[in-house]
Amino acid sequence: MTAMLSIRNLHATVGDKQILNGLTLDVPAGEVHAIMGPNGAGKSTLSYVLTGRSGYEVTQGTATLNGEDLLALEPNERAAKGVFLSFQYPLEIPGVPALTFIRTALNAQRKARGEAEISAPEFLKKARATATALKIDFDMLKRALNVGFSGGEKTRMEIFQMAMLEPRFLILDETDSGLDIDALKIVAAGVNALRGPERGMLVITHYQRLLDYIKPDRVHVLSAGRIVASGGPELALQLEAEGYDRYVQVAA
Amino acid sequence: MTLATAIATGDLTQLPSRRDEDWRWTDLRGLIRVLPAASPAFDGDVGAGPFAADETVTIVNGHGPAAIAIPAGEARTVALRVVAATDGTAHAARLSVTLGQGARLTLLESHEGRAASYLTQTDLDVSLGEDAALERIVLVADHAEAVTIVDAAVTLAAGASFDQTILTAGARRQRIETRVSHPGQGAAVRLDGAYLLRDQRHADLTTVVTHAGRDGTTSQLTKGVVRDQARGVFQGRIVVERGADGTEARMGHHALILSDRAEVDAKPELLIFTDDVQCAHGNTVGALDEAAIFYARQRGMPEDVARAMLTEAFVGEVVERIEHEGAREIARAWVSQQLGAGE
Ligand SMILES: Nc1ncnc2c1ncn2[C@@H]1O[C@H](COP(=O)(O)OP(=O)(O)O)[C@@H](O)[C@H]1O
Ligand SMILES: [Mg+2]
Repeated sequence: MTAMLSIRNLHATVGDKQILNGLTLDVPAGEVHAIMGPNGAGKSTLSYVLTGRSGYEVTQGTATLNGEDLLALEPNERAAKGVFLSFQYPLEIPGVPALTFIRTALNAQRKARGEAEISAPEFLKKARATATALKIDFDMLKRALNVGFSGGEKTRMEIFQMAMLEPRFLILDETDSGLDIDALKIVAAGVNALRGPERGMLVITHYQRLLDYIKPDRVHVLSAGRIVASGGPELALQLEAEGYDRYVQVAA
Repeated sequence: MTLATAIATGDLTQLPSRRDEDWRWTDLRGLIRVLPAASPAFDGDVGAGPFAADETVTIVNGHGPAAIAIPAGEARTVALRVVAATDGTAHAARLSVTLGQGARLTLLESHEGRAASYLTQTDLDVSLGEDAALERIVLVADHAEAVTIVDAAVTLAAGASFDQTILTAGARRQRIETRVSHPGQGAAVRLDGAYLLRDQRHADLTTVVTHAGRDGTTSQLTKGVVRDQARGVFQGRIVVERGADGTEARMGHHALILSDRAEVDAKPELLIFTDDVQCAHGNTVGALDEAAIFYARQRGMPEDVARAMLTEAFVGEVVERIEHEGAREIARAWVSQQLGAGE
């Protein structure tokens, strides 16, 4: 049985620069895997390759979700299949209230899956409950998405969108950066609420801290564009204590 | 030298030409080789206009009332329809709009092309008494073959307020000009506009505001979206004369160019002859933010949906500044129609 997300020998370039160099990784349904690695290792690149950002070109290898070729799909088709990326640097969307943005996205996904649109009352009810759980002021959702928001607020908006869209496969790119401990707990609770046997998660982080709150099943070390070590949660603690030096050397 | 004089006299040399600095991007002399015959009177049915109001003033092919006057202290909403129901002919019209002291008027003005290649100039002489308030919403729906000028000269008394929003889809060649004599003295001006152009259409939004007295405000926001081979022109001039201290003026012009062959020419000018002023201007011409489009697509929106959403939001800022609720709704619908049509 193939894993939910299955990546084989993935090579990718950005511009003319080779960033991913034969990356292989399996995330079975129901599991949370962490990817840790030094800055510049290619962690964000992996998240963009999996979500189909233009400019990130796959030169070799495969990536499938539930056996289906992910790389052949448009970014919005991947989203409709359930792939969600919490961006390391969320974009500002001037003039579009957060609620409008999310409802448009949700209905586009539903349409792509052949489902009916969500009704306005149903959507608002869900938005209110989710905002309360994430301690987001509901009025903030009426403002233009992320415009003028602090780093922490943007992160919370990513988790809010994730909770509203209920994706099947979650990629969190450095979601812990810029969060104080209280915000981190709220964000982790939002992510943990989505854990389940049907879902898979890839949690990208530079620091071990986030993994105290989102406990991973497996930890992988990404260095110079490939997975150079894999282990249980204890690997994260070891990396925290020893740093990435030996893996950077292994890769070099 | 104006189009109206050229039409009245049949003298081509009266047409504004690119040799005139203020007309360099909207040349009529080079475009019009022969002045067409005068438009015939029209007494057919012109149907309904885009705006509904208790009172409607209709000018068809240059014929119609010459004045709208609101007595002191009265408040009215008037729909002004300027209809061109003629092909291959020319006409001009002149209308005065007068507000007495403390009068209020919402002027819902539509320019409606009901035929193809007409040539027209419409002049408005607008005069606001003390503390009078005018909100003018102008929706310009010309034919692609038309050549048109709309020219408003606005004079304000102390404490008056003049708010304007121009919405246009352009024409073969089109200029919409607004000149405001600003007395300062607590008078306030808002001059907004949106031009949404496709195919080979052209629109020129030109404004001149002259602050002659102290303590006046002007706030200006124009947004443009051009695609295909369309061409947008924005010329905004704010003059703050000697002694007009305490003036606050801000001008913004921002345009999106959605195709390689589309063009935007912009000339924002602040001419300030006194020290004690607060003036700012911003001018940007660019494309949609591709990173924002990817973000929206990652959330599930197809590319065309994402682009339409971001473009509509870009223009939305102008629409949201419209005070009259009904007009704002019509403006919103107009924007989505213009941006959606022909996708
Ligand atoms: N858009 C880009 N253009 C050029 N180089 C890039 C671009 N994005 C990333 N890179 C390079 O790719 C490498 C990996 O970057 P990234 O995936 O962001 O690493 P990480 O997220 O692990 O810190 C780095 O050397 C970075 O400089
Ligand atoms: Mg990164």
